[in-house]
Amino acid sequence: MYKILEKKVMSDTVKLMKIKAPLVAKKARAGQFIILRVDEKGERIPLTIADYDREKGTVTVIFMEVGKTTKQLGTLNVGDFLLNFVGPLGQPSDIEKYGTVVMIGGGVGIAPLYPIVRELKKEGNYVISILGARNEKLLMLEKEIKNYSDELYITTDDGSKGHKGFVSDVLQKLIDEGKEIGMVMAIGPVIMMKVVANVTRPYKIKTLVSLNPIMVDGTGMCGGCRVSVGGETKFACVDGPEFDGHKVDYDNLMLRNRRFVCEEEEACKLAGV
Amino acid sequence: MAVRKTKHKMPEQSPKERIKNFNEVPYGYDEKTAIEEAKRCLQCKKRPCVNGCPVEIDIPDFIKHIAEGDFDKAVEVLKTKTNLPAVCGRVCPYESQCEGECTLKKIGEPVGIGRLERFLADYERKKGVKIPKKAKKTGKKVAVVGAGPAGLTCAGDLAKMGHSVSIFEALHDPGGVLMYGIPEFRLPKEIVKAEVGYIKGLGVEINYDVVVGKTISVDEIMNDYDAIFIGTGAGLPRWLRIPGENLDGVYSANEFLTRVNMMKAYQFPNYDTPVKIGKIVATFGAGNVAMDCARTSLRLGAEKSYIIYRRSEVEMPARDEEIEHAKEEGVIFHLLTNPVRFIGDDKGILKQVECIKMRLGEPDESGRRRPVPIEGSNFKVKIDTALVAIGQSPNPLVPKTVKGLKIGKWGNIETDEDGRTNIPGIFAGGDIATGAATVILAMGAGKRAARAIDRYLKIKK
Repeated sequence: MYKILEKKVMSDTVKLMKIKAPLVAKKARAGQFIILRVDEKGERIPLTIADYDREKGTVTVIFMEVGKTTKQLGTLNVGDFLLNFVGPLGQPSDIEKYGTVVMIGGGVGIAPLYPIVRELKKEGNYVISILGARNEKLLMLEKEIKNYSDELYITTDDGSKGHKGFVSDVLQKLIDEGKEIGMVMAIGPVIMMKVVANVTRPYKIKTLVSLNPIMVDGTGMCGGCRVSVGGETKFACVDGPEFDGHKVDYDNLMLRNRRFVCEEEEACKLAGV
Repeated sequence: MAVRKTKHKMPEQSPKERIKNFNEVPYGYDEKTAIEEAKRCLQCKKRPCVNGCPVEIDIPDFIKHIAEGDFDKAVEVLKTKTNLPAVCGRVCPYESQCEGECTLKKIGEPVGIGRLERFLADYERKKGVKIPKKAKKTGKKVAVVGAGPAGLTCAGDLAKMGHSVSIFEALHDPGGVLMYGIPEFRLPKEIVKAEVGYIKGLGVEINYDVVVGKTISVDEIMNDYDAIFIGTGAGLPRWLRIPGENLDGVYSANEFLTRVNMMKAYQFPNYDTPVKIGKIVATFGAGNVAMDCARTSLRLGAEKSYIIYRRSEVEMPARDEEIEHAKEEGVIFHLLTNPVRFIGDDKGILKQVECIKMRLGEPDESGRRRPVPIEGSNFKVKIDTALVAIGQSPNPLVPKTVKGLKIGKWGNIETDEDGRTNIPGIFAGGDIATGAATVILAMGAGKRAARAIDRYLKIKK
């Protein structure tokens, strides 16, 4: 059993939780994820690690309430327990000196971006962060990311903060200005990652994306999370979650992520969430 | 009195009934039938059945006690060699092991050894499982990676020898393939839990949610333990490698069975994990796992459940009993048929599979006749779900993270007969060492490794 030590409401549908999981905290590295199960009848869901504290033995996850499990998770409070919390899973990010890096986070994808931003800054990179959200209210971790960024740009769909438009607009502008960019990383909605990859492709800028497909075990056993990367089938749980953004078949990923949409609705309706 | 030539039948659910539920198919022997069946045993001097048993059970001895009606004594004999009798009594391929060697086969059917083992295990479970007196503590600590058949057996035997044993399991339930792979109607999960309860009763500690290689490394474990046994199984699904395999509707057998068995998707939405199969399901492959997939599909409400297999009936690797059960339940077999590509609609949802007819050519390296495509014989079959059950490879997660560990060409950990790897103190067994095989072979490997570990600990200062 894994105790919830802290809970923070980031917005109407986004919540932060600090979970006591010393073994996971000890090994966690930026870019990795965990799988949790709320209770005996629960589904196993993957969540990317937003932060960790090795000394206190805690792991932070930030999640958007989109399905039955995340909605149920959102109703839990400090002092409650999760039945299962396993990790860290997947390959950690390559933290190396690229020179200038552009770190792009969209919506709840900003959460997993944060520890990677921090580690890349510590490694001595010049970090430009671009954070995008539907509106100002849904924007998260701005202060935290700012602390580790040399430049920070905000975009919102409705213009309530920063540039009105998309993260890709800012990226294009940076490229047009002639910035030498060593690496671009994008984490967020699949469509955002696809667009970012399309922007950088003609310039051959190394682009990494972090994928979050449907998973069951998270140890390479079921293949539910398979994604097509450069025509090869990869398992996001053990080979990823980060892949070469120019090679991912985003359309197939979007399709596979919709596999259980109807069932999810049914489960939500039944649970009254 | 002449010996009865045929085994006593186990009563079972009728095919029409059982495809509507996930309850176990056979009911098992009652006491009277068990005694009658046990009396068929000739108690021959050569005991060939024992040689056929990977875990060396003293078969004629326990059968003798059943025949005498002394079930408790029979259980005692059984449990000295196997920690998981209720499992073995259900999923062992007896026909090619103990029963395959039975002297009675010269005149008819062998003694129903598997059925008798199952009877005893069920008898004991109903009565309350007795935990044997614990052995004197040796003060040695052994770590076991993976709570599947190999790991559980190894752990149980080591505990009986007086070592303290901790199992590290990646998933949230024990049992490995017994839990995620084999369906409820063949091996009820309550039975797996009861057998694991016995192992725990021996003093074995099980730590869940620990992915060795990720949460903790083998090196770290070796700092705290005197020896380690790796039994992480063959968890890596193989694919057909044909176009369309990533369409919505194509599952690996592992994903499908894990959803249904371990996550209990057959009780969705009471349980949260979903599975959807539509009306027509095609399973590719013809081993036990494929039969499990095809039969599970019927129980989930499939109107048609196909087995599509590139060779012919005689080459099918599944046990006869499984094939028989599948046929009785209405599974349709398309043999000498190989899939060429999956076809989806404009939304990427699986709609059809294109197949080609095969014929058998010259024998290949497995000794089975090689299937050869018949050109121009392509045809399309309408399907809603495809289940790929063509085998699994050893899970690379642990082998890849141990420096210097000798790995075979299939990604398996190389060991000797007794599970020793090239690194002293590190042992391995079951599917991770041999590639995908059976539950009982994994148990046999766990047993031999336990003995080797015991010897190693005695020599090691």
